[in-house]
Amino acid sequence: MSDKLLKVRNLKIGATVYPPGEKPKEIEIVHGVDFELEGGKVLGLIGESGAGKSTIGLATMAYGRGGVELTGGEVWVNGRDILKSRMRDVRRLRGGEVTYVSQSAAASFNPAKKIMEQVTEAAILQKKFSKKEAEARAVELFRKLGLPDPENIGSRYPHQVSGGQLQRCMTALALCPEPDLVVFDEPTTALDVTTQIDVLAAIKEAIHATGVAALYITHDLAVVAQVSDHIMVLKMGEMVEYGTTDQIINNPREEYTQALVSVRSIRHEEKQPTDNPLLRVENVTARYRGTDFDVLKNVNVELHPGQTLAVVGESGSGKSTLARVITGLLPPSKGQITFDGRSLSQDLKSRSYEDLRELQMIYQMADTAMNPRQTVGTIIGRPLEFYFGLKGKEKQRRIQELLDEIELGTGFQDRYPAELSGGQKQRVCIARALAAKPKLIICDEVTSALDPLVADGILKLLLNLQKIEDVAYLFITHDLATVKAIADSIAVMYQGQVVRYGTKSEVLSPPFDDYTDLLLSSVPEMKLGWLEETLEHRRMESAGH
Amino acid sequence: MKNMPISAIIGLFFTGLYFLMAIFAPLIAPYGMSEVVGDVWEPASDQFILGTDNIGRDLLTRMIYGGQTTIFIATMATILSFVTGSVLGFFAAVSGGWVDQAMSRFVDLIMSIPSLIFALVVLSVMPTTVTILIVLMGLLDSTRVYRLARAVAVDITVMDYVEAARLRGEKVVWVIFREILPNALSPLVAEMGLRFIFMVLFISTLSFLGLGVQPPQADWGGIVKENKEGINYGIAAALYPAFAIATLCISINLVADWILNRTTSLKGGRG
Repeated sequence: MSDKLLKVRNLKIGATVYPPGEKPKEIEIVHGVDFELEGGKVLGLIGESGAGKSTIGLATMAYGRGGVELTGGEVWVNGRDILKSRMRDVRRLRGGEVTYVSQSAAASFNPAKKIMEQVTEAAILQKKFSKKEAEARAVELFRKLGLPDPENIGSRYPHQVSGGQLQRCMTALALCPEPDLVVFDEPTTALDVTTQIDVLAAIKEAIHATGVAALYITHDLAVVAQVSDHIMVLKMGEMVEYGTTDQIINNPREEYTQALVSVRSIRHEEKQPTDNPLLRVENVTARYRGTDFDVLKNVNVELHPGQTLAVVGESGSGKSTLARVITGLLPPSKGQITFDGRSLSQDLKSRSYEDLRELQMIYQMADTAMNPRQTVGTIIGRPLEFYFGLKGKEKQRRIQELLDEIELGTGFQDRYPAELSGGQKQRVCIARALAAKPKLIICDEVTSALDPLVADGILKLLLNLQKIEDVAYLFITHDLATVKAIADSIAVMYQGQVVRYGTKSEVLSPPFDDYTDLLLSSVPEMKLGWLEETLEHRRMESAGH
Repeated sequence: MKNMPISAIIGLFFTGLYFLMAIFAPLIAPYGMSEVVGDVWEPASDQFILGTDNIGRDLLTRMIYGGQTTIFIATMATILSFVTGSVLGFFAAVSGGWVDQAMSRFVDLIMSIPSLIFALVVLSVMPTTVTILIVLMGLLDSTRVYRLARAVAVDITVMDYVEAARLRGEKVVWVIFREILPNALSPLVAEMGLRFIFMVLFISTLSFLGLGVQPPQADWGGIVKENKEGINYGIAAALYPAFAIATLCISINLVADWILNRTTSLKGGRG
């Protein structure tokens, strides 16, 4: 063939679906994709969920996950068409020539085996190295990836290292057998933003040092821009655009790519605090039953009518716990919550109908927030019936009104949640909250499970609804871009404490405290060389100190 | 209904057949239930299709009336055990805390006594009427249903939509019947088929031991007991009710499997 390491020609991938009550159907999920990759280069595959990026990534190992079948086309690796190879040759390929890094390292490592054993397994099995050589190489990789105590970290079990470290261990695992190609499948998506930057830097460094080629799969264009040489944009199993990273980021040709690049461009005028806050959280301290440490420590925040307070922090910072305390699901051990001038009872059971009605909640996972056996009409109609006693025609009219407000229109009333897309589901959840005519809606990571373009739509809708209904939002998120887009005031949380609080302009302008600085500078920006700049900046700072 | 698998059709056909025979027993049966019409253990003939039993009653007639008794008692007991078991199980899961602990430990206590022995003890002091049998079997079996219902409901109560209902201020009744029940239905229906079969076996066992349905009323377990001596002389009379029990059990299982397949669809069980 040629000197190209990887050559994919007209790749078609199909799957069998089982629609309930009908005969199983064959569908095609990737419709003929072509690309090439030279040795030592990195190709970014980007697209929304369902675009087929992971499926294509696995196809380079001649593997179809679940009911997925590689139905047509050619995949050439090192001059062999692996789709036509015998199983024995494919086995030598997997874990030898091509290796894989998955999204969730925690779920992919065997918890019963030590890290070293798992990292070296493929290399030894493929007879590339002896056990001794493989272990020496693993330690070398641990060092390159910036893991602490590289000599001994291999003798730990997966649960004894942090999530970011485990993800780096998995990168070491993939690099250990000296592969020609590594497939990275969303390796940083499950990580906190401050951890992501370290892992990203480590991966990039390791790719350079070992000269391996890589497919980097992600939905975050800003991330892929930091590591790849070329980018391929996918949509619904078809290639939309292919080009150098520079061209895709700075000069996208296709409309869809332009939309992806310009996502998160919502701007919102900041409103000034009023004299009468709608919600006042004073000195709240809380802990879960049966534990001996406070998840929230002396938290003080205020939210003004018709405004948005964003609570930002990493996982484990206590932001969702704050929501549970305000809703009454977790009574605080100390402190007081005032809502609309009256003191809120700490316990959910002793709250009045009015309190319950005026304080609504929207969840992160719209899938589990709706009863799968109720129609959209029932889901939205229940609060109307429950709080306002609406029945029959009156109720139907109001449901339709709400559906119009969330831009869904007619024909959705009789659908079940399973018949909606992710963005539509979240919209129905918003309608359910609005149906109660609340004064405050707590939004718990409402956009983090959605694709960027869909999330953008939801944020625009929320801002729009705020104008119409004059409702206040307590917006819990780990995503600073979202915060910049919609917040009026911001509370930054770290280990159960509010470390920085004020209006958006105050919080986002220097001087910063250390944590806020770290958090803000870790958010990937959609420009080339951002990663190096940030790391260089940090090195200079720590040297100056 | 269009895409019914062949196994479900067979299951539905035989289940339907047995239930119809039970309902219309007096119309179908050629003789009276306890009418002596021939000699002891006569072989099959045009007059007696399955022959006669140990005292000369028509065996087919006995089988039909016996089916009526067995199926009626098993059905009522299953319904009773499901209503009590699942409502209490859901309630325990929704309440949590000490209520759940108290109820679950009490159920563990009852379950630690073998149910056949428990039933024998109770029946030895209580009069053996059909009502007592149904209540006893239903309540004993409801402990099993409680376990399943609670286990299923515990997984459902932690879902966000149940939390959303609670934040809305919904009462326990709504949470149990509108949020949890529809989502717990498919494992419960599958279990219902299985429990019905256990009920048939249970009542047959009791009757065989002489503590179930009392003569002269017929039921399948009782017919086996009455005719078991015949096996020594090569008389097959005791095997007919055994065959009936086996085919009924298999048919119901086939139907339950099909319902399970249908209701696990996420489109609201409309399939």
